[in-house]
Parts: sequence; C-alpha cells; structure tokens
Amino acid sequence: MKKERPTFRDELEHLEATVRALEERDIDLDEALKLFEEGVARLKSARSLLQDAEVEVKRVIEQADGTIKTAKLDT
Amino acid sequence: MWRTDNQRLGPPPDDGTEVFVEARPTVWEERGEFRLTIKTLIPTAAGGMWQLQLERAKAALARDGLLDPERKRPLPAYPRRIAVVTSPDGAALRDILSVIGRRWPAVVVWVVPTRVQGEGAEDDLCAALERLHRLPDVDVAIVGRGGGSREDLWVFNSERVARTLAAAPIPTISAVGHETDVTLTDLVADLRAPTPSAAAEAAVPDRGAVLDTVDGLARRLGRSLTSQLDMGSQRLARTEDRLAGVIGHLLERRKARVDAIAARLDALSPLKVLARGYAVARDGRGRVLKTVAALRPGLDFRLTVADGEVDARVTKGES
Repeated sequence: MKKERPTFRDELEHLEATVRALEERDIDLDEALKLFEEGVARLKSARSLLQDAEVEVKRVIEQADGTIKTAKLDT
Repeated sequence: MWRTDNQRLGPPPDDGTEVFVEARPTVWEERGEFRLTIKTLIPTAAGGMWQLQLERAKAALARDGLLDPERKRPLPAYPRRIAVVTSPDGAALRDILSVIGRRWPAVVVWVVPTRVQGEGAEDDLCAALERLHRLPDVDVAIVGRGGGSREDLWVFNSERVARTLAAAPIPTISAVGHETDVTLTDLVADLRAPTPSAAAEAAVPDRGAVLDTVDGLARRLGRSLTSQLDMGSQRLARTEDRLAGVIGHLLERRKARVDAIAARLDALSPLKVLARGYAVARDGRGRVLKTVAALRPGLDFRLTVADGEVDARVTKGES
C-alpha cells in the first residue's frame, strides 16, 4: 500500500530522532539551532493533529460499474 | 462405555446416527489397542447440526493454516484510515465511532455497510469484505456487530465469510457480540476483540497517552537546546581563557628577550666608557683621531665626552 503523506508514527519518530540528535554532544551550534527549529515545527504539527482533529465518517458505496466511491455518512 | 454412564443415556441411537461423543482415549501398548471410553453421546440432530458444521468449518480453516498464530499481523500504531464493516444502523457502529472520536479523532472512518443477520447476510457480508480488499490506503479494518442470539451472530461463523476475511490484505479486528461469543471470524482475524468498543480501542492509540509522549519530547527538546547553548558558552569561555594565557606567556617571553638584549647592548655602549672619563676625538669627516700623527698642530677637531661634544684645536705638536 502506497503512503505519500508521512504517518503520525513517522512524525513521532522524526521528532524523537531530532531530539536525540540535539542531545548528542558533538554538534555545532548552528546545527543545534536548526534541529531545534525543526523539532518545534514537528511538535506543533503533532499537537494540532491530536487536539484539533475530528473524525470524518464516510460510507463506502460500490457503483454499478464496480468502482467504489465514498459519500458522507450521517450518524 | 461404562454402565454408570450408559444408564443416563436413554434408548440406544439407531444405526447410522451422527453423534458427538465425549470420550477418554486409552492406548494399550502391549495389545496394540486404542480404546475410546465413551462418557456421553449426543445425536447431532439434537445438539445442533450447527455445532457440527462449525467444527467442520473450523477444522477446514485450520487445515489451510488460516488459524495459525504466525498469520496474525500487528495492527498499525497510528492508523489514518479505518474501515468498519458492519450494519450502518447498528449499535456497534455508534460504539466504534464514539470510542474513536474520544481516543484518536485524527482518522477517516470508512463504513462498508452490510447486513449482519438474517436472510442474505452471508452474501452481503462476503461482498462487503471483498469490497474491503479494494479500498485504497486503509490501515486497519474492524468487522463485527453488537450482541444478539446465537442465530443473530451465526453469519460470522460462515466458513465463506471467514475465508474472505482471512484474505484481507490489511490487518483486521473481529468484534462480534459480547465477550463470551467467539466466532470463526474472531479466529481468522488478526485480532479478536470482545466487543465493538474494545475493537475501536485496539484500533487507535489513546491521544492522552500520546500527548504525554509528545510533551515529554518537547521538554527534552527544550532541555537539550539549553544544554547545547550552555556547552557552547562554556567552550567559548574556556577558549578565551586559553587564548589570554597563551598570549600572556608569549608577551612574557618576548619581554625577557628584549630585556636581555638591552642589558648586553648597554654593557657594550661607548657611552659607558665616556662616562668613566674618556673622550673621543674625531676630525671634520668623523674619523676617529687615535695617534699623535693624526693630531697635527692647528687641526680643528671634535671631542665627544660623556654628556656631549665640543670643538677643539691642536695648539702644539708632540712635546
């Protein structure tokens, strides 16, 4: 199955890797600041994903020609 | 069969009757005998052809390896698209959506509607599960329904339904009825959940716990930057100290050398000699006049003494 957008797991793993890299002793300050900024951006997107998301519910419909489409489902 | 067990049995069954038996197997090695000591005996017509069918289907699935624990796939940690194969009007769907909304709302739920009981439910459910195979980018699927009578849940014991579910290309969770109901779909799914709500809980992570993880990472991020900056400034301070030390040392050495040279120069200086009362006579072209012959009578010359020069003239020759 193809995945274009990064998954939340990828995001979380990237964030962890960023933090670990920043915790390493042997990096220069420019690199440290870059990592920090990157980490802050990832944190922000992770938090907003968790806090602002709303479940989207769709109904799967098979059409006469066998193709599949989805429609809004009122629950 | 022992007499005590036989007495409880009633009239003996007719020849050719299919029965379930509960029996204790014994092997007599020396006689090469295998014995079943039967305790109870139930004609299948009474106990339920259903049960027999179920056992046969289960055996067939097991033969094909569909019940192997190694087949079970892990569920995705953070699904984004979840398919739910169930009745669109059932309590199961409501429960599932409410749990997902509470725990992990960052998902799209695709409901694949199907009848889950009664006439035509088996075909319907199989068709819905086949549809599931064709849905793009679904991370995990929940198949199930709420509680009901054994008849209500029976479609989930269909071998055809179980095989279609087992063929799903994505991890599946089966949740049929209440905790005590175990169906064939439960056995072939990657996970058996006791109820639809439990299936939803298994399908998505808990956002409170994940937020804690994220907060922890945020704290580590802040701390690590602070410590990087601290380390940077400490290093700078150390470098500054060392630089000052090195330069100070260099200056000291240079100064000592200059002092030494100055002392040697001082010792050699002719001025020192002049200070002791000697004088130097030079002619107009600056040549030092060292002999009587050079100091002809009447010659003008300059005399250098300790604190300066004076003009002088030779008045008389050698006396």
